Amino acid sequence: MTAQASRRGAAALRAGELAVGQTFETVVVTDLKRTQIVQYAGASGDYNPLHTDEVYATMVAGYPSVFAHGMLTMGLTGQAVAGLVGTESLLRFGVRFTAQVWPGDTLTVRTSVTRILEGDGGPVAEFSVSTMALSATDGESREVVSGYAHARLAA
Amino acid sequence: MGALRFPVEAGHVLAFARALGAADPPGGLPGAGDAAPATFTIAAAQFDPEYPLRPRPGTPWHGSGGDAGLVTEGIGGLHAEQHFTYHRPIRVGDVLVPSTRPGEAWEKQGRSGRLRFRERITEFRDEAGQLVVTARSVSVQREAS
Repeated sequence: MTAQASRRGAAALRAGELAVGQTFETVVVTDLKRTQIVQYAGASGDYNPLHTDEVYATMVAGYPSVFAHGMLTMGLTGQAVAGLVGTESLLRFGVRFTAQVWPGDTLTVRTSVTRILEGDGGPVAEFSVSTMALSATDGESREVVSGYAHARLAA
Repeated sequence: MGALRFPVEAGHVLAFARALGAADPPGGLPGAGDAAPATFTIAAAQFDPEYPLRPRPGTPWHGSGGDAGLVTEGIGGLHAEQHFTYHRPIRVGDVLVPSTRPGEAWEKQGRSGRLRFRERITEFRDEAGQLVVTARSVSVQREAS
């Protein structure tokens, strides 16, 4: 089952609104621009030239172009998860970076309910989180982030 | 070394959220007590006086200028994993005090050489000493075989 994630702000999801297997998809960036990578460098403080300096990344480091900070991809992924459960409800969020994200990529976050538990402080939903990058260069889609999120639910 | 104090400032949270594609909040700036994005603690780098991935006066930088730049050793490898545990949300107005310790280290044979993984754990506490976020980061460095 796939549902389009709606904008929920800080409001927590209710336990009754979720079922195991339910999947939400959110496009978090379309045709990633180098400028957004630069914007993230400035905001995060990570000025590694691999991410922002095309000359360095290609001629010195030997990459095909600059590529996004892993934490930009995780941050975009987190925005999709937070849009679903509310930032205030998050208990855990973790990822593995499985491939690089390049300029031109379109990123889609897929969040699936894996478990709903009754915790001490009320119901908790566990999600698997997977971010796919559709490349503008080769038209291939690959997973760039694989992880999980746990969020408190409103009873 | 790490940041000694990490003030969670409205303008910084705004700039960080914009970089993640978020629309500005009503009124233009996040208000005191508003939750910062889930990955915001990574921006504690801004408050680390010795953070190596920021150009600083009097220190050579490895990006391009008149030439293409230099390969610099020891900038920490690539980011392999990142995990956050939230004891409570990070809020505008918090002043967080990070403390970092090394975690596990392990090796794996990759396709193009040995991969060395290194874990670092950072606890962010508020000024009252209460835990806000525990961050676990894994970096990987490739050794030519």
